[in-house]
Amino acid sequence: MGDFCGIRIFSRIKATACTAFLGIACLLACLPLLLAAAASLMPKDELLWRYLSPLGIGKAPVRAALLPSYPTLGAFGELLFWSPGFFVMFWNSCIQVFPMLFGQLLVAAPAAWAFARLDFPAKRVLFGTYVWLMVLPFQVVQVSNYLVLGQLGLLDSHLSLILPGIWSTFPVFIMTRSFEAVPDSLLEAACLDGAGEVRAFLLVGIPAGRPGIAAALVLGFLDGWNALEQPLAYLKDVRLWPLSLYLPKIVQDKAAVAFAAGMVMMMPPVLLYLNGEGELEQGVAASGVKE
Amino acid sequence: MQQRKKKRKQALLAALFLAPSILGVAVFMVLPFGDVVRRSFFDAMGESFVGASNFRAVWENGAFRLAARNTLRFGLTAIPLLFTLSFVLSLLVYRAQKLQRAYKISLVLPMVVPAAAMVLVWRIILCADGVLNQVLTRVTGKVWELDWVTGRTAFLVLVLTYLWKNMGYGMLLWLAGLCNIPRSLYDAARVDGAGGLAQVRYITLPCLRGTMGLVAVLLVINSFRVYREAYLLAGSYPDQAIYMVPHLFSHWFLALDVWKMSTAAVILMLLAAAVTAAGKAVFCIRR
Repeated sequence: MGDFCGIRIFSRIKATACTAFLGIACLLACLPLLLAAAASLMPKDELLWRYLSPLGIGKAPVRAALLPSYPTLGAFGELLFWSPGFFVMFWNSCIQVFPMLFGQLLVAAPAAWAFARLDFPAKRVLFGTYVWLMVLPFQVVQVSNYLVLGQLGLLDSHLSLILPGIWSTFPVFIMTRSFEAVPDSLLEAACLDGAGEVRAFLLVGIPAGRPGIAAALVLGFLDGWNALEQPLAYLKDVRLWPLSLYLPKIVQDKAAVAFAAGMVMMMPPVLLYLNGEGELEQGVAASGVKE
Repeated sequence: MQQRKKKRKQALLAALFLAPSILGVAVFMVLPFGDVVRRSFFDAMGESFVGASNFRAVWENGAFRLAARNTLRFGLTAIPLLFTLSFVLSLLVYRAQKLQRAYKISLVLPMVVPAAAMVLVWRIILCADGVLNQVLTRVTGKVWELDWVTGRTAFLVLVLTYLWKNMGYGMLLWLAGLCNIPRSLYDAARVDGAGGLAQVRYITLPCLRGTMGLVAVLLVINSFRVYREAYLLAGSYPDQAIYMVPHLFSHWFLALDVWKMSTAAVILMLLAAAVTAAGKAVFCIRR
């Protein structure tokens, strides 16, 4: 009996240690975000008092805080009403991301359906090529994309980011995996009801494959919203820059609103994640798990 | 006869469904990529064939060597760390009975947050007057006034920000693998008297062999994105310790050294293929 108790205590200690480790890891993951959130709520003079040297204005010891002493939404107000530059860049980010996602949906969904549900020659080779293209780092295609875009006269325009983005092969891959999981019986039922292949795809396939489509869109949004390499390479005109390029510059112009700008920028992806937590996880899982 | 007709119809339909995708992929990826491969064998004007001399020139280029060495060093440090740490975390999250969702969310959030939005926070922590130095001063009793981002410590900073950002990604990948292992295996092992670690050793790890290879490959590929953090923290001309392949590309790109970029792109692509093949071979992923 005593032995049994010993094991119980030992396993209790082990469980506590595991929880503590996990808790610390989560805390470390969230701490920088909390710092950013707190700083965005500080009035200007508190920011200057606490973060003079990180803002690059002067030199003084940092006095970091997870709670502002005088919380205010002043910085957000100034950002929204008195920073036209920020608005332009926010809008640029939207223009570059949303049409791209829409295009991905139009192009990738039927292609994925073909890969998942139809039989045709050279399917494996073609799909293998898609996967391989998905895996290549941006730098490999950077110069070739640049040359093509130059020839099409698209450099220094929003289209230079939108068009190559639409034909990213990643959404095809994710959607294929979820279309493969659509049960055959659903499609057979549709066929019995007299639906052709195209109608079966539109009316049965798309609703049934929704999780994969959503996952592809969520991941596509995150990638597009954070894009740095592509705009850096293809957009010389500062007026076309997305938020991700503009944000580091805002510190020089308006230190007081820099933290608020960062918060506004992270809001859409964070809210999207918190709302569509399942989709993101599913997307990552789909890209990782093979039978 | 009927069968063949049906097959023909399916192929036709597939062609229809695939056409928009294939066309775009050809225009934006495959054809230009063919052009890159061609350019890697031609002179700077793209006119006369020079054989492998471009490859020799790039291979002997000092900047390329530095960038390749740093990238390799970064990969060999950061990826194994991320690989094991995210595995441990995924196990803990998987076994957690309470707060599982909260753990998951807080580990994944950094992956979602744009790198650009975090630059100032990293400066708060890492600058000469920053939090890290203050903590170190308090703990060691010596005065620390190191600017972590500008010196050789930049490498360390980069590894840590990479871990911070990608821990959730790795964890989700592992978790997907873990959820595929049937619970009954664990139950059987418990009946046989296997403890927690023995279960990991004899059930979890063997069942995750396929996942391992994939996680490794995906992490290697993802590691190129660390350029975002490197660029945002230290600009286009960082300390030598974190001068990586993407930096090199962006410099050649500014100078429009098309032949150098093309050649290096081909080298990079071969390396990517080699890594993928090695990952597959080592962990013998079944398709």
